[in-house]
Amino acid sequence: MLTLSWIRQNLFSSWTNSIISIVIIYFLASIIPPLLDWFIFEATFIADDRTGCTTDGACWAIIGARFYQFLYGFYPTEEVWRVNLVYAMLPFVIISLLWDGIPYKKQFLTFAATYPFLVFFLLYGGPGLTSVASNKWGGLLLTLFLGLGGIIIAFPLSIFLALGRRSKMPAISAICIMFIEFIRGVPLITLLFFGSMMLPLFLPEGLNIDTVLRALVAVIVFQAAYGAEVIRGGLQAMPKGQYEAAQALGLSYWQMNIQIILPQALKITIPALVNTAIGLFKDTSLVIVIGLLDLLGIGRAALADTKWMALHVEVYVFIAAVFFIFCFGFSRYSLYLEKKLNTDNDSENR
Amino acid sequence: MNKDSIIYFENVSKWFGDFQVLNNINLEVNKGEKIVVCGPSGSGKSTMIRCINRLEEHQEGKIIVDGTELTGNVKNIDTVRREVGMVFQQFNLFPHLSILDNCTLAPIWVRKMSKADATELAMQYLRRVQIEDQVHKFPNQLSGGQQQRAAIARALCMQPRLMLFDEPTSALDPEMIKEVLDVMIGLAQDGMTMLVVTHEMGFAKEVADRIVFMDEGQIVEAKAPTEFFENPDSERTKLFLSQIL
Repeated sequence: MLTLSWIRQNLFSSWTNSIISIVIIYFLASIIPPLLDWFIFEATFIADDRTGCTTDGACWAIIGARFYQFLYGFYPTEEVWRVNLVYAMLPFVIISLLWDGIPYKKQFLTFAATYPFLVFFLLYGGPGLTSVASNKWGGLLLTLFLGLGGIIIAFPLSIFLALGRRSKMPAISAICIMFIEFIRGVPLITLLFFGSMMLPLFLPEGLNIDTVLRALVAVIVFQAAYGAEVIRGGLQAMPKGQYEAAQALGLSYWQMNIQIILPQALKITIPALVNTAIGLFKDTSLVIVIGLLDLLGIGRAALADTKWMALHVEVYVFIAAVFFIFCFGFSRYSLYLEKKLNTDNDSENR
Repeated sequence: MNKDSIIYFENVSKWFGDFQVLNNINLEVNKGEKIVVCGPSGSGKSTMIRCINRLEEHQEGKIIVDGTELTGNVKNIDTVRREVGMVFQQFNLFPHLSILDNCTLAPIWVRKMSKADATELAMQYLRRVQIEDQVHKFPNQLSGGQQQRAAIARALCMQPRLMLFDEPTSALDPEMIKEVLDVMIGLAQDGMTMLVVTHEMGFAKEVADRIVFMDEGQIVEAKAPTEFFENPDSERTKLFLSQIL
């Protein structure tokens, strides 16, 4: 509570504290009003082109004018309901994963598990739906598809790679080590290039995997290698006694890993795993090099429009805000998970 | 090898690198026998009992547990582990599972028991070790003595034919040692076959049928407690007893 006594205790408890508080308050007072003016009070929200905007504030009209592209890329307007459906279902998936005591928990989880398949069907089309080529996708749709798809599909792969690397069977561990080290040793951008330029050369004539799927594969492979190393770190932190207790009880290798080792190892790697996931989510912007226009790509395309010249700040602020909302969400979700899985009395999370 | 034998060691040797931890071990334990293994640290006593459920692999000789020989055969190892319970110095409870779940996990997954049956069985053993009111807590919320008693209950839930104790009281505060030893004494009185590595000589006197003294990877002597304490054969045993008593 912001009361007088709180202010005295926390902001003006000593001379140095008071001086620091005054300096900070002065600093905030001098930058916040002009920022608010630029962002909101002097800003123009609706205009037909650059000339319709004032020069004192932001020209958010460009975002509105390009909003469709930011959300859907070049997805055909008559089919856009499919993307909207994908977007509309996402909150239900998130809620069913977050809310423990939700009624009909089982049904919600089944829905969450089928969601990825629904997404593929709705976006690509199939029986009953006209197909939409993935080179028409873009903007947030593409960012989420590659980012979330990459993170989710890569996760189980990372676990297998991490376990494989520590396997006592030399062939399995050698394959996992080579895979991880090779993928981790090259930049994502080269994997994307490799996927889009080189892969078709190796595939038989006529077999054509589309560009977005090739990018998705590159993203998955990249994230799997990084995630595997993070999870391996967690596995290595497990006390030997946990393995021994599980073995002494007669658990098999998989029972031991699934019931005992992974739940604990994954728990301690949550912060690092989310860290790599956030990194990957933002790195999906690199698909611009293979001609796909994600959120950032659409922004750059908007800037190239002569009607909306020199509005870099507005466009990048908008894109940053969208990325921030998602990445902050991941970060909060990881804290929630850590708290939920915490079985000690002591540790504190923020 | 007689017909009541449940553990049989024949000329067992083991090396860690160049260092020989077990040197030509011969030991036979009958059903229902209680054996206390003692000796200075580094004498190989823990390694020896860890060979019984293959947490350590022996390199020479033969180990037969309850009729099953321990070899590289994974099936044999699984068979033996199902019949042998183990209690560790550091308890090694699973910290992410409640005490009850710690106890029901192996019966459900290894013995394929139903959850209800496993819970009933676990509650029976948890009552026996007197922590039935703590079953929904997590291991880190319990005292060391309570954790070790829970670990004993967890091992018993697999209804093993013999129990191994690897220094079960060494990590405990002095005031908690008795509560764990009392549980072990109760178990011994019920006729469980037990191999206990411990320095608790009072326990050894009260419970053991034989005391096995080890030094430098060898069994120096194996005798009934009264004989062992009053009339040891070797100088090494005498020296050890003079240091510990």
